[in-house]
Amino acid sequence: MHLALFIIFAGLCVAGALNLLLQRHPINSALSLIVVMSSLAVLYLLLGAEFLAAAQVIVYSGAIMVLFTFVIMLLNAGKEERTHGSKLAYIAGFPGAAALLGLLTYIFLSHSAAFGQAHLGEYLATTGDLSRVLFRDLLLPFEVTSVLILIAILGAVALARKEH
Amino acid sequence: MTDLHLWLIPLVPLAGFLVNGLLGRKFSKAFVTTVALVASLIPLLQVAVIVTKFSSLALPHIENLGSWIQAGSFHADFSFQLDQLTLVMLCVVTGVGFLIHIYSVGYMGEEDGYWRFFAYMNLFLFFMLTLVLAENFLLMFVGWEGVGLASYLLIGFYYTRDSAANAGKKAFIVNRIGDFGVLLAMFLLIAHFGTVSFNEVFSQIAAHPAWQGGFLTAIALFIVLGATGKSAQIPLYVWLPDAMEGPTPVSALIHAATMVTAGVYIIARTHVIFDRSPYALAVVAIIGVATALFAATIGLVQTDIKRVLAYSTISQLGYMFLGCGVAAYSAGIFHLVTHAFFKALLFLAAGSVIHALSGEQDMRSMGGLRRKIPITFWTMTAAVLAISGFPPLAGFVSKDEILYQTFIAPNGGKILWAIGLLTAGLTSFYMFRLWYLTFFGESRTEASEESDHGAPVHARSDTKLVLEAEHEAHPVHESPWIMLGPLVILAILSVIGGWLGWPEGLGGSNWFARFLEPAVGVLPAPSSPESHLTELVLALVSTFVAAAGWLAAHIMYYVRPELPARLTGQFPARYALLKNKYWVDEIYAALIVAPVLFVARWILGVLIDRGLIDGGSLTAGYSAQGLGALVARIQSGNIRSYAGWLALFAAALLAASYFGWTTHFFLQ
Amino acid sequence: MVPIAYYLVLSAVLFSIGVAAFLIKRNIITVFMSIELMLNAVNLAFIAFSRQWSQVSGHLQVNGQIFVFFVMVVAAAEAAVGLAIIIAVFRARNTLNVDQIDLMKL
Repeated sequence: MHLALFIIFAGLCVAGALNLLLQRHPINSALSLIVVMSSLAVLYLLLGAEFLAAAQVIVYSGAIMVLFTFVIMLLNAGKEERTHGSKLAYIAGFPGAAALLGLLTYIFLSHSAAFGQAHLGEYLATTGDLSRVLFRDLLLPFEVTSVLILIAILGAVALARKEH
Repeated sequence: MTDLHLWLIPLVPLAGFLVNGLLGRKFSKAFVTTVALVASLIPLLQVAVIVTKFSSLALPHIENLGSWIQAGSFHADFSFQLDQLTLVMLCVVTGVGFLIHIYSVGYMGEEDGYWRFFAYMNLFLFFMLTLVLAENFLLMFVGWEGVGLASYLLIGFYYTRDSAANAGKKAFIVNRIGDFGVLLAMFLLIAHFGTVSFNEVFSQIAAHPAWQGGFLTAIALFIVLGATGKSAQIPLYVWLPDAMEGPTPVSALIHAATMVTAGVYIIARTHVIFDRSPYALAVVAIIGVATALFAATIGLVQTDIKRVLAYSTISQLGYMFLGCGVAAYSAGIFHLVTHAFFKALLFLAAGSVIHALSGEQDMRSMGGLRRKIPITFWTMTAAVLAISGFPPLAGFVSKDEILYQTFIAPNGGKILWAIGLLTAGLTSFYMFRLWYLTFFGESRTEASEESDHGAPVHARSDTKLVLEAEHEAHPVHESPWIMLGPLVILAILSVIGGWLGWPEGLGGSNWFARFLEPAVGVLPAPSSPESHLTELVLALVSTFVAAAGWLAAHIMYYVRPELPARLTGQFPARYALLKNKYWVDEIYAALIVAPVLFVARWILGVLIDRGLIDGGSLTAGYSAQGLGALVARIQSGNIRSYAGWLALFAAALLAASYFGWTTHFFLQ
Repeated sequence: MVPIAYYLVLSAVLFSIGVAAFLIKRNIITVFMSIELMLNAVNLAFIAFSRQWSQVSGHLQVNGQIFVFFVMVVAAAEAAVGLAIIIAVFRARNTLNVDQIDLMKL
């Protein structure tokens, strides 16, 4: 059953990603990305990361993607035009991406035995486990990230403000 | 051991040079004069003090001021030495130098570069004194080079004139060739003896009587090369006639009395080496006598009064070389001393004549000056008699000494004597020719003045930097006493100076040769009653030859003055050969200078400098630019192409780190 | 029972699709979204490795998940600022086409 769940949601992920690639209107791409995010949340659950699955849905699908959607609507982005900006992107880029994919797949699959198998329900990481590490060993980075978010807010406000 | 403060002798003129050189321009002429005269008087006084103390000194007296170079096992010090030879040279340099300084105060009085002149003169004194006082080759070489430099500065004193600047360059470059010889000699000395100190080298040679020829000949020959450069012998004499571009006092001091004698001095100083190499001595003698004859023949037909004296200097230096070449070093040095007197006198008197005629140097435009400038006339007469070798004047004694030693020398001495005798006759002839043309006959000065009227600047080699129009040709007048005083003193010395070395054959005791014995060795042929007769006969022969020379000049230039023109008409080719100085300058220009210039301009200049070196750096520059332009195409401004590159290289990086193509791999 | 390697391969696939989308798409917002896709792929890989490490060491290891936590925070901040930049660029150039924003060309 684990495998079945994995295959379904992995397939959803890939389908969503490919849809993002193939759609011409950005709003379609945004919606496919939401699908990808949500499927990923399920996959996290399968791997035992409860908190992160929730965070994925809340933060990524719920906040970031909504932000993307707002911006697309705000800027009234339409269908993409066909422009040819760079041949190099195709010449160098695709081989590169393909090479990356090939390499990584090869590496992972050739060491598959060393990675072992994941069993459903084992090694569940509760919120408590995460918090214990966060608030004890990594308190400083945690506080710093809050500062980071503050700065991001300020930056976003400053950049997107209407000039007078 | 008494400390004579030898270092002070060269240093005082150096101080004079610095003061006049740095401050002279801003101060008055009187200031410059005082500094210069004091700077040249103090060494003379110090030398006089040394003369009084001389008999009580332990010789050679060495004063070491400290270590100069210390490199491994080789070391050289700042050390000065005093022995008989040094004392003789010191007396000549400081004495004649001081007299010429006094003369120059009058002669150069109206020059703009007055301060510059005296600064250079003091600089010359400094270097010359260093040269004669040095105890090792290296310090002597400092003086050697330095007098070349001072000579360049003084020859090119009228630097705005192309001919003067070129003459200065020529002198310096030709001297450099000679210096190359001295350097090689020093390197050989260091290689064989490990030291350049005179005393150490000579004592090592003395300790090895078996060392003959071989490397000692090589060292000696290189020294001879340097000496021919400095003392204007064949093949490096070509700079001296051109050096007459400088002011007349310069010619007197440097090119008659002191600097050119440095070559003879170095041979006499290193006589220990030459004594072991008969081959080198033969070379010296042959060069000397050949140059003497060669220069005398050229001097026969020159029309510029200073050129005649220049060739006469070269010829007399040849006699000194001849004397050293037959190992009669004291005879060579003796002629050096007497020559300093009468040649300096000749040049200064010529300067007085030129001054009297407001810059005229061509003898064809002189004449009839005997009554108008009497003191100049009488002093010059003394000099002419001295150089021609009439007894009992100085030139007779020294020249005769050399001729006698040459006559009795083995292996062809008589041939050399014959050539030397012939040259003596020629010397007498052309000196009296000069005498008659300048002082006797009808005055030809008005004729030349009329023809030159209107020309703003006359192309005379000794013209003061004043336009002729401003400096109106004043009537012929005697020079002021500040110029005549040194003339008189030198005239007296030319008459009595020879009596120091009056030969034994004629009743004297040859005090001079005996005095120099510890420094330069005994004369090759000790005097004996049989030799006295030979000496007497030879002295009579040379006197006769000198008189014959006078008679020929008397006939050709006084009694029948149309004869010279007829003779040149009858022998035009030979006359042209002599007038053009055997075309030696032209030959050198074609054979040596032209190829060197060719190599410098085309091979080194175009091929190597512009092609290789510039090409190399330009290639580096262009390739950097080209490469940069190539790489700059990555910066397209297009995000997608950036992403393309990123993806490509990220994959490459991943592959490299996975498959171990990292430093770990290469360092295995 | 799913081999962890499969999760990792999925992560690689998503990442490559993200790179490809980055290279193909011309709308700047879509390009930005592909970046988010890549980040997510990496998150998946982290969590998979965290699981693998837990299994290897025997007890629960959450360091990989902590990493994902921080990645999410940073991604959120970055998305906010990035979108603000896109808005500013749109105001200046009036286009969302990546090929027409090339003022930094050499």
